[in-house]
Amino acid sequence: MPKFIEMPKLSDTMTEGTLAKWTVKEGDKVTVGKAIADIETDKATMEYASPFEGVLHKFIAAPGGKVPLGAPLAVILEDDEAAPANLDELIAKAQSAAAPAPAAEKRPAATAAKAATTGPRLPQAPQHKSRAAAANSNIRVKASPLAKKIAAERGVDLTALVGSGPGGRIVREDVENAPVGGSSARVAATPAIRPVIGPDDERVPTSSMRNIIAERLLASKTQIPHFYLQMEVDAAPLMEFRAHLNTANEKTGGVKYTVNDFILKAVVRAAQAQPAINAAWDGDAIVKFKSVGLSVAIAIDDGLVTPVIKQAEKKTLLEISQSVKDLAGKAKNKKLSPDDFAGGTITVSNLGAYGIDQFAAIINPPQAAIVAIGSIRKAPVVDDKGQIVVGQRMWVGLSGDHRVVDGAVAATFLAEMRKLLENPALMLV
Amino acid sequence: MPRRISYRDAIREALDEEIARDPMVVVMGEEVAQYNGAYKVTQGLWDKWGDKRLVDTPISEAGFIGMGIGASMLGVRPVMELMFWSFYTVAWDQIVNNGAMVRYMSGGKINVPIVIRGPANGGTSVGATHSHTPENIMASFPGMKCVCPSNAYDAKGLMKASIRDNDPVMFMESTVLYGAEWEVPSNDEIPGGDLFIPLGLADVKREGTDISLIAHGKAVITCLEAARILEEEHGISAEVVDLRSIRPLDEDTILQSVAKTHRAIYVEENKPYCGIGAQIAYMIQERIFDELDAPVQRVCSLDSPAIYSPPLEALQLPTADVVVAKALGIC
Repeated sequence: MPKFIEMPKLSDTMTEGTLAKWTVKEGDKVTVGKAIADIETDKATMEYASPFEGVLHKFIAAPGGKVPLGAPLAVILEDDEAAPANLDELIAKAQSAAAPAPAAEKRPAATAAKAATTGPRLPQAPQHKSRAAAANSNIRVKASPLAKKIAAERGVDLTALVGSGPGGRIVREDVENAPVGGSSARVAATPAIRPVIGPDDERVPTSSMRNIIAERLLASKTQIPHFYLQMEVDAAPLMEFRAHLNTANEKTGGVKYTVNDFILKAVVRAAQAQPAINAAWDGDAIVKFKSVGLSVAIAIDDGLVTPVIKQAEKKTLLEISQSVKDLAGKAKNKKLSPDDFAGGTITVSNLGAYGIDQFAAIINPPQAAIVAIGSIRKAPVVDDKGQIVVGQRMWVGLSGDHRVVDGAVAATFLAEMRKLLENPALMLV
Repeated sequence: MPRRISYRDAIREALDEEIARDPMVVVMGEEVAQYNGAYKVTQGLWDKWGDKRLVDTPISEAGFIGMGIGASMLGVRPVMELMFWSFYTVAWDQIVNNGAMVRYMSGGKINVPIVIRGPANGGTSVGATHSHTPENIMASFPGMKCVCPSNAYDAKGLMKASIRDNDPVMFMESTVLYGAEWEVPSNDEIPGGDLFIPLGLADVKREGTDISLIAHGKAVITCLEAARILEEEHGISAEVVDLRSIRPLDEDTILQSVAKTHRAIYVEENKPYCGIGAQIAYMIQERIFDELDAPVQRVCSLDSPAIYSPPLEALQLPTADVVVAKALGIC
């Protein structure tokens, strides 16, 4: 009996994967656990190990192709098994079982006739189009009781659907036409205003990662009431402290700290001092996280990832420095695992290295705050004696979810960060 | 060729046959005997059965309804005509405080097998005081039953069931329907020779798959027309459910229909406030919330006293177009 190797679910947000390459050939013997392919998800490229033992009889998915979750990638036969005559038929059957139904186009004839003759409907509010983006942000989904019941029975994610009922309500038909476990009605699929593409322009299909970025940040910017604070920090003590530390370490072969290491440590300490910031909106409640999961925004080719330093409050400056280096290395090589993305409670985005003085960051949902770090630059400052002197300054910004955090709370958080950064020795005790 | 008779004649046939069947059945009311009834429902019955079975009463609803209730307590089966149901208020105490309560107050020893019948409808420009539709009010009293036939066949079968029922039955007709004709088989075409429709059985008048139009009385006819328009012009298949009796209520038939179509509109010529549709909508959401694909809607008379001006009165009552528009709003 032929067995199918199927596209696995390698991350919680994955709906399809790209078969990056096969690392075995057709006809190779495979054992359980042997790496047979590299699969690119929305977050990383991962080795995929065979779940079966036997002979890899035939590839179904070609390298570079996108494959929906659960769709067949390859056929495995027993060592001495001959391929059945109807193998192609079995493959087609497995493929159609996994293929997502085209939700938007497929409507019963009666409904199409109905839609054509019912005349103008109320215009649908744009927010319904972004329903797909709500997956992680706890908004209330407007769906009929029947639609909810069928969705629960079939495992359809209602947050990923666009309702066709009055006022954008998700009705039975929408659920029945939706693929199980997700949706093709992705938010980024069709913007309301589309670009005009000239002959010299290029239209590049989006990667899984780009889709996730689009979806999550659109959800954040449209559903989270952002507010923005900026605070200027005297960076001179930090620069001096870091120079001392690195000079000393150089002699002993110790680690060389980056400015960012101190900033991360300051965020963690400030989040402990002001725990209201380390929280998330949960529809009818606020979740207060016990531990600080520090998401660090890392730019990579074609995008951005935010892996997490877990239980950051228990880590020393050295451990934080090592963690972030490790995560950055994995990110560059696309080797981050789904676990590396789990458990973030607050994010830091640092554009200082790019010469940006200050910026307003978009919250990484479902978190309640993101800290935006600008560059350290020389600037004229008025000192204690009223004299203008050359100082070193850095802007620290915060974007907050106003449902969770109010301005005063966020301001005390920033003030705590400033105290730590201007007295860096405090971060070592 | 199937026999067609009017709604008026269907009721008359029922009275005639019940008078013949049971010597205790008596028809009483203002001008029901010698004048053959204000709306000629009792045409020819006095000539046929005489003074003992058809009794003209003074113009005093309180008096003759009270007399009928007293007679019924002693075993007579009176069928009392109200020239308009709107005059029920004159006999209010007799109906609701005596008729509806005696069986309970007597510990079940005394029954009140009375039928009070007459037209209860607007739409004929007879003014606010002659256009009341009190089915919701009468149905709200435990101890009474309430029947609203939408066509001649049901009117005959339900009248016979009402006369044989041992509780007070409020039987509400429509002057608009009196002259309309339906197929009603003669007794020799019916197995058992007796057209009898038990109270508490709703009837699916038209099968459909997309939406349930639920109604009683003349609104059922409006729903059938709306269903035709929905089918022909909008490709929507509407099911029409006729309650026939408001109390007892056939919950199962309503729920089965809505569980099939997942959408419902209650249509009635009654006022919206505390109307039958409010009760049915509550029952639907309570029992089969998870079957609903849209909120239950209602189409009722506009919430004002019956308007005298004929063009305005026509707008006050539910029309097929209003039902269609309401259906399109949730389909």
